[in-house]
Amino acid sequence: MAEVKLTNVVKRYGSVEVVHGIDLEIAHNEFVVLVGPSGCGKSTTLRMIAGLEEISDGEIKIGETVVNNLPPRKRNISMVFQNYALYPHMTVSENLGFSLKIAGKSGAEISAAVANAAEILGLGDLLERTPAELSGGQRQRVAMGRAIVRHPDVFLFDEPLSNLDAKLRTQMRVEIKKLHQKIKTTIVYVTHDQVEAMTLADRIVIMKDGHIVQVGTPLDVFERPVDTFVAAFIGSPPMNLINGHIEADHVVFSDGNRLPVPPDFTGKLADGRQVVFGFRADVLMPKGHTLAESGVVTDLDLKIDFAEPLGSESILLSTLGGKEIQARMHNPRPVNEGEVLTCELHLEKCHIFDASSTKNLRE
Amino acid sequence: MSKFSRAIRDHAVPLALIAPSILVILVVVLLPLMFSFYTSFTNYRLIRPDTLWDWIGLRNYQRLLADWDFWVAFGRTILFLTVALNLELLFGLGLALLVNKITWGQRTLRTIMMFPMMFSPILVGFQFKYVFNDTIGLVNNALQSLGLTEFAIPFLVDRWLAFFSISFAEIWMSTSIFAILILAGLFAMPKDPIEAARVDGCSNWQVFRHITLPFLMPFIFIAMTIRSLDVARAYDVVDVMTGGGPAQRTELLWTLIARTAYDDARMGRANAMAYASILLSIFFTWYFFRKLMDARKHLGAF
Repeated sequence: MAEVKLTNVVKRYGSVEVVHGIDLEIAHNEFVVLVGPSGCGKSTTLRMIAGLEEISDGEIKIGETVVNNLPPRKRNISMVFQNYALYPHMTVSENLGFSLKIAGKSGAEISAAVANAAEILGLGDLLERTPAELSGGQRQRVAMGRAIVRHPDVFLFDEPLSNLDAKLRTQMRVEIKKLHQKIKTTIVYVTHDQVEAMTLADRIVIMKDGHIVQVGTPLDVFERPVDTFVAAFIGSPPMNLINGHIEADHVVFSDGNRLPVPPDFTGKLADGRQVVFGFRADVLMPKGHTLAESGVVTDLDLKIDFAEPLGSESILLSTLGGKEIQARMHNPRPVNEGEVLTCELHLEKCHIFDASSTKNLRE
Repeated sequence: MSKFSRAIRDHAVPLALIAPSILVILVVVLLPLMFSFYTSFTNYRLIRPDTLWDWIGLRNYQRLLADWDFWVAFGRTILFLTVALNLELLFGLGLALLVNKITWGQRTLRTIMMFPMMFSPILVGFQFKYVFNDTIGLVNNALQSLGLTEFAIPFLVDRWLAFFSISFAEIWMSTSIFAILILAGLFAMPKDPIEAARVDGCSNWQVFRHITLPFLMPFIFIAMTIRSLDVARAYDVVDVMTGGGPAQRTELLWTLIARTAYDDARMGRANAMAYASILLSIFFTWYFFRKLMDARKHLGAF
């Protein structure tokens, strides 16, 4: 059993504070992904859990043990690094068995554990090679194998896929997911790629500037972003965000266009309030090219700047309130540049954020 | 023949361009080498130039095999090399690890570390000759002032003390070569495997033993190769400090060869000794180079 608990964890380098009092509880066997733009403190947080960075303030618990002052080797964790960090002078099987050898396990035990890990990750043919003789994907698998031979309480992944090409990344993503199903263990995974976060996580932790912005399941953070940062960061294409102000339960944009406020917000917003209106491309669809969905719908005439056909659907680009916005066209047909289409906007899936605090006003 | 002349004509420009350097190598390196090799088969003595034509075949080499003094010097050179290289490695490694830990003033320290290399070996020899001198020497003076000894210790006279003294000078002069090369290795070392090892359960000592040291081995072997050639031809420091004496107690190969060649004027014999002792250098170079290749094999891609 190993849950991980961070209480008010702070990291300072000299006088510069980079992580500002983080609280996070990770349950046993949970797969948690820390995601955020570079410099948001996610890797630092992971390295503090690993013990590779000291904790300036606060407390980290793994299981029932406070690990603040324990060296990495006493935390029973294993870690997969971005650059794989294999031991270059050892063969694959020596790499896999190294931690067990250090722990003083017998030769038979080590070879059994190595064989088991090699089996799980399909490394059987590579055991006698050195890291220099492996491809990127193979090195990545060895790094994961090295992590699983020890049966650690917690797995830590530090952007493990960012050095792989796109195709291999997708493939390894599936393997990591399968690995988690096979060897149920607590996993903390750091990435800057929101697609990785969405596909892998039980829960996503979105970080920005050393703070946690939102914690939730992938669908939670996708459907109910707490602020415009999360709204823009999660999902592809990013959420359309348009500045405007409130006038009699309508949002009025700088170009004179107006949309009714979503049902959840009716009557709650004072006239003249500066807001950001947000909706995903998925909820704005040309008439005749929608998904059969009921709900509160408003029509909107849009001049299409151009279309990006993806085959099963097209992404349409247009302008609203001076901002470029995107709509989704199902069962696409060719669209001419400048063509005006009447689109349906599913209002109950739209968001209104405060213009100055950027917070979602739904809560 | 026409084929040959056509080849010359086709490559006239490149041939003309490399001709001067080939000429220089011929005159400066190859000719003297052949000449000295030839004299090792003669009874050539510097004071009687006509002996240059006194061909005696392998007799110089045969005598060498039975020459006790030569083999003692040979053995002492190997001992000297072993002691100096191992201690320099140990001190150099320690020094490099310490300097690597320092963040403030590291550049200055690195420069200071190289001071001993900036002195001419002859001057280092003189310096330690006076440090270890038994009447006016620094060490003896200090020991006597502190009351640690009543008599002067004959550092440069006693067999083992003299060996210790010349080793001390050699190590003092050249430890920094090891330190600099190992430090370069430490700078080039990737941090990730060290962190991985710490997570994998290694204590600091185990990280050093299993990760850092294997990574440093190529750098250590490069230093070993360079220094083995250096020490195998050690002459200047020893000649100044003890001159191979007293009574040949610190005689190394090259002090013996120089004495045979210039004091005894037996150039033919000295050259035979020189060719025999070059085998030693070749052996050490080959040995360390092979070690280096082994150590580098797996590190190549990183």
